[in-house]
Amino acid sequence: MNLLMNQTLTRLARAAVVAAGALVANLAGANAGAELLHFSADSGNTASVQRGARNFMAYCSGCHSLKYLRYNRLGEDLGIPDDVLKKNLMFTSDKLGDQIKVAMPAASEQWFGRVPPDLSLETRARGANWVYTYLLSFYLDESRPLGVNNTVLAGASMPHVLWELQGWQKKAEHKAEGEHGDHHGGSAFEKVTDGSLKPAEYEAFVADLVNFLDYASEPGKQARIALGLKVMLYLFGLLVLTYLLKKEFWRDVH
Amino acid sequence: MSNEGVDGNRRRFLTAATSVFGAAGAAAVAWPFLASLKPSARARALGAPVIADISTLEPGMRATYLWRGQPIWIVRRTPEMLASLEKVAGQLVDPDSTTPQQPAYITDKSRALKPEFMVMKGVCTHLGCSPILRADHPAPEIDTNWQGGFFCPCHGSKFDLAGRVYKGVPAPTNIVVPPHRYDGDTVVVIGEDPKTA
Amino acid sequence: MAITPNPYKTTGALGWIDDRFPLTKMWKEHLSEYYAPKNFNFWYFFGSLALLVLVNQLLTGIFLTMHYKPGAETAFDSVEYIMRDVPWGNVIRYMHSTGASAFFVVVFLHMFRGLMYGSYQKPRELIWVFGALIFLVLMAEAFCGYVLPWGNMSYWGAAVIINLFGTIPFIGPDLVVWIQGDFVPSDATLNRLFSIHVIALPFVLVGLVVAHILALHEVGSNNPDGVEIKKNKDPATGIPKDGIPFHPYYTVKDMVGVAGFLILFCAVIFFMPDGGGYFLEAPNFTPASQTNTPEHITPAWYFGTYYAMLRATPSFAGTQIWGVIVMGAAVVILFFVPWLDKSKVKSIRYKGMLSKVALAVFAVNFVILNYYGLQPPSATVQLISQVGTIIYFAFFLLMPWYSANEKTKPVPDRVTE
Repeated sequence: MNLLMNQTLTRLARAAVVAAGALVANLAGANAGAELLHFSADSGNTASVQRGARNFMAYCSGCHSLKYLRYNRLGEDLGIPDDVLKKNLMFTSDKLGDQIKVAMPAASEQWFGRVPPDLSLETRARGANWVYTYLLSFYLDESRPLGVNNTVLAGASMPHVLWELQGWQKKAEHKAEGEHGDHHGGSAFEKVTDGSLKPAEYEAFVADLVNFLDYASEPGKQARIALGLKVMLYLFGLLVLTYLLKKEFWRDVH
Repeated sequence: MSNEGVDGNRRRFLTAATSVFGAAGAAAVAWPFLASLKPSARARALGAPVIADISTLEPGMRATYLWRGQPIWIVRRTPEMLASLEKVAGQLVDPDSTTPQQPAYITDKSRALKPEFMVMKGVCTHLGCSPILRADHPAPEIDTNWQGGFFCPCHGSKFDLAGRVYKGVPAPTNIVVPPHRYDGDTVVVIGEDPKTA
Repeated sequence: MAITPNPYKTTGALGWIDDRFPLTKMWKEHLSEYYAPKNFNFWYFFGSLALLVLVNQLLTGIFLTMHYKPGAETAFDSVEYIMRDVPWGNVIRYMHSTGASAFFVVVFLHMFRGLMYGSYQKPRELIWVFGALIFLVLMAEAFCGYVLPWGNMSYWGAAVIINLFGTIPFIGPDLVVWIQGDFVPSDATLNRLFSIHVIALPFVLVGLVVAHILALHEVGSNNPDGVEIKKNKDPATGIPKDGIPFHPYYTVKDMVGVAGFLILFCAVIFFMPDGGGYFLEAPNFTPASQTNTPEHITPAWYFGTYYAMLRATPSFAGTQIWGVIVMGAAVVILFFVPWLDKSKVKSIRYKGMLSKVALAVFAVNFVILNYYGLQPPSATVQLISQVGTIIYFAFFLLMPWYSANEKTKPVPDRVTE
């Protein structure tokens, strides 16, 4: 009984210390797992989202669907006229109201071992940081069937589709795995061959793509935020009015 | 509690102002809920224009399409069928189609962009049944002067081959002509107005 | 047959109704002649706010139900359909999802108010008991609703919670299968949870809320001083001297609270509906998968405290049921609070130092437990949760002792300003 008491007391004391420490550490945002670059997606940057849409359709839509997004919604939100939409962005369908689907999902399963996932909600499920970092983190790895791996998603079945733009890179020798380094500019990697884009251009290219995916994850986002500002304005007005009204009535109460 | 020093005007004003402001807010909140009941993007996508290729439609025959969930008929009228329209004019409620049961750009007496091809909804204007095409004539069981037309089995409404309604039947108006346009000579786009030049 | 004229002497249309239905009577009893203490403070906003959130949930829920399709194959798609294809669907959905979290925020603060001012003490025991029942039903309602989007977090959350029943000796495994209507959470499970969420529990919830308010209006409201205002009535009118009619004084005051609340509520709806990943979790934007558990599975944030207790309890004698029992007891113990508090005074203002410290520690501990209930399991988390669990129960179980054996301050006759 005494022993139990002692144990309990020690535990209590220890726990108090640990609790305080852990709380601080956790609040400081220490996060296990792969280090992600920071990218705050901005689906309100229409020019960037438009470029991202074009690039998505050119490079990604062969394998990845956006099955919850309709072409005409895209056109409406991004200010793309129907004929431009049909000519430049619609490869698998000619119906404006159709959702963005893939031509041959079954075939790609044979090529890559699994069906490439739908990306409608990718930035909401994984976060914009993740998608941004992922697209910058393909590197040469001979142990993989396609000769390429990714630091964010080890053993990814997706090939480095954008290699012509980025060129090839390999893991930097001097960086131990999981080390906290300055990742800006992908410094965890060493360039092997150059691509058609300069590193900064490629990062901008990826940024456009992620902005587009952020848009695709919730097309109503910008309209929602714009409406929110009006609602706030109204509610502050209501707060003032009700406060004055309350003051006026409560003059009766002594 | 007491009412000394109460400014009744100020109180009335604030009450009225808050009520009006609050009611406006409540009305604004009601709007999204009511608007959410309108056809969704999916319903509108399913209701998108329908492309009808009429190149293989034989004279005197009818093709049926589905647009916004309703049957749309295209009847290829023979010269004889077109001629029949004049013969029954006296028996019709609205032979000149003055009631706007067709888009404004359809002005021809035969109620078609091209008289040969009658595009119409397959829906009776009485209570929404789908009438039967009775091109055969004479058909005294329908009408002593039957020249071919549409007969509604539900309540016996009669229409001619331009969808114009006969007098003395339950249906009040001519059958609706949906918006449509020609894309080339033999393709009809149902649900889209002609492109204005 | 002649009708007995109503005692309110109303005429015209209202008189016609009053002769047949207690409309004016209800208006007076519950609003214009319901005398509430005049010293309500900030903490008294949360009752009316809870009602507001309930109305929000019912209204948005009705409209969501018009577009949502229960079913393992259709649920996830139909939620995205609401978010994208239904006009205003995203706003209505966010109102509902944010409302669920707001409900718990408001209810937690409302309950804390009750603990602070002894609002459960005689003669208000039943108000508290109805309130605790509301809390219980609300948790069940929130759980069912959480499953409906059928995202991966919904699915595994359902699996974990339903499997709690599997810890019951002998019948557990069969019970789980019976609850699920299948061997895993499935189409059948989703449909029954949908039925419970939109029909069964809302009925119960509304009924309990009515009972809660009726009980309150029967005995009258408590206040931050814990003074019974009915003890000091104006001899001429019979109206409590410290009472003011609920309408218009508290209706206009509560409107200020509503406006303030709506500013915060709408800020979340329009600017951060995910609530930083706590109101809408990232893994729930992936459809349910029977083969892939999310890396870090947590319950909805408002279950954090109770989930921490569940995880804190080790298995013993070959069964996991102890954790379930501890978690259940943590809720059930709320029902006994009116009889655990032996203090001569109601309000924390006049209680002794022990009660004040106990309540403060309890509140801080509740928040800490909630936080750690949502962290990935580790030895540290386990230890903190265990200590937190002990503190949680100690607050209630030691209450008969510390509330009776402390020096209280004298309670004034009338409420203070």
